[in-house]
Amino acid sequence: MLGEGILKGLAETAKNFAGSFVSKERLTTVEYPEERTPLPEAARNFPFLVYDGEDWEKGMRCVACQICEKECPPKCIYIEKSKDKKPDYVGKLQIYPAKFDIDISVCMSCQICVEVCPFEAIKMNTEFELATDDRFGGLLLDRKQLAHSNEYYHQLHPTEAADVDARLAEEKAKVEAKAKAAAEAAAAKAAAGPAASATPAKPAAPVAAATKPNEGEPKA
Amino acid sequence: MIDRLDQIFVLLKHWLVGYLPESWQVPVGVIISVACIVGLYPGLFALTTVLERKGVGRIQNRIGPNRVGPYGIFQPVADGIKSLTKEDIVPTRADGVVHFLAPVILVVTVFMGFAVLPMGRNMVLVDMDAGLLFYFAMGASTELSVFMAGWSSRNKYSLLGAMRAVAQMISYEVALLLSSVAIVMITGSLSLVKIVDAQNHYSYGLPHWFIFTPWGLAAFLMYAIAGTAETNRSPFDLPEGESELVAGYHTEYSGFKFALFFLGEYVAMFSISGLGTTLFLGGWTAPLAALQWIPSWIWFFGKLLVSMCVFIWLRGTLPRLRQDQLMNFAWKFVLPMSLLNLFVAALWRFMGEGLLRWVVCSALLLLAYVVMGRAEMHRKHYGPRSYRYAE
Repeated sequence: MLGEGILKGLAETAKNFAGSFVSKERLTTVEYPEERTPLPEAARNFPFLVYDGEDWEKGMRCVACQICEKECPPKCIYIEKSKDKKPDYVGKLQIYPAKFDIDISVCMSCQICVEVCPFEAIKMNTEFELATDDRFGGLLLDRKQLAHSNEYYHQLHPTEAADVDARLAEEKAKVEAKAKAAAEAAAAKAAAGPAASATPAKPAAPVAAATKPNEGEPKA
Repeated sequence: MIDRLDQIFVLLKHWLVGYLPESWQVPVGVIISVACIVGLYPGLFALTTVLERKGVGRIQNRIGPNRVGPYGIFQPVADGIKSLTKEDIVPTRADGVVHFLAPVILVVTVFMGFAVLPMGRNMVLVDMDAGLLFYFAMGASTELSVFMAGWSSRNKYSLLGAMRAVAQMISYEVALLLSSVAIVMITGSLSLVKIVDAQNHYSYGLPHWFIFTPWGLAAFLMYAIAGTAETNRSPFDLPEGESELVAGYHTEYSGFKFALFFLGEYVAMFSISGLGTTLFLGGWTAPLAALQWIPSWIWFFGKLLVSMCVFIWLRGTLPRLRQDQLMNFAWKFVLPMSLLNLFVAALWRFMGEGLLRWVVCSALLLLAYVVMGRAEMHRKHYGPRSYRYAE
């Protein structure tokens, strides 16, 4: 009969109306600022810089190679290389970014910077409450604002971070093994021939030279 | 005491006016009443917006606005401040004067309708002999403002919305009038006060409201359908269908002018509900003889709010009609039913008291409803939409 469907629909909405007061499970919405749903692990929005250890400046993984700056499609990354060098996680001296800015008003969250980075230095953040009343300065994040600890990275993307850590540890072990082998060889050489004693202060230098090609090889 | 509570507003006005010289009393009294109406309905409008947002939210299993004040009841205050402080934009190529006048005319004509509505015992601004006629004249003027808004904006969406609105309002106005005519046939008066009086007697403790007669129920349903369409409410909200026409005829309105349209729409709903209450639900009379001690104005505004809740409920339930469905429904179903209802009302009037007229009138209406409903539903127009693509 005409109008039957309307009555059925009205009954349905009335059921919803009354039910939403009775059972909390019916309510599909989350009262956002007070409670929030956990983000999925693959969530991402803007990049951040990872550092190891306590001090963000000392432990910064970035070596200012500028690959991300060049690859960035909307060109939102600005890097200035440092004049001096600091040791990286394996102890090798590297330059570091004196300036590393990301303009998040330009960033399109494509994650290309993360994919091209050979040093696992840049990763994607999930922080999305970035509203500011300073339209230009507030959205241009400098390296201090971008720096986050490795622990923070572990919180955001546990699986991915564990992979990265394993890879870095493996590399470090490789480097260390090589250094050890080189040191042993040098020691053996020094012990074997008196001719080798001509370079007594050198043992560190060949190690550094030996690591150089290995450094880029597994990652590139 | 109870009598005094019933007449509290009337007495208050008389007491206030009593301080004035004789010649001033009538005009000042009218101004006070008008100010009350103009102040009261926007207040109810504010209440209804929050009620609607919360109600529709609950229907959709959401919580609805709950930030401004406890349970979000001050939401309309925030909305009001927002719309007042918004920039008022007039399109460069718009017809400025007409663009400005449209919302003003809408609000004015909508408020004019309240002049003849009795809101309680002795609570009517003007007891006009042709009150119903005046009401419909004013109600029809809203179409003018809607078309002015759509035309002056120089926007295709506005114009399409206005065209739809005018087509829809004219179509349903016929049904609206015809369903009300049945009441006039029975009571023999166009005065809304007299119509309420005609319903204000009780037998076995039950009231003689017109909705409790076969022709009255049918007329009430037709009236409700046509009234919903007249006020452009869902499911008849084609003129402002936001998924099709941005916002219909008020696309190009912003800030306070938009707020006026919004206000006008809601106040029109109040006014249509108020008239429906007066015609079919006994106006300010109590639903049971035992409840007559409750002041009459409480009954009127209670019935008004209940019908607003029904509007909200319908909005939360029904999807929007298609234009052809809308027109078919108006001209092929509502109109014939209203015409038949006029005949049934006449039959009721001349068959005299007794059970027979109940049986005959109910059977006639029910039969027509079932047959026409079947016929309409089996018509091709109500099937799923079919597309024919260009070769």
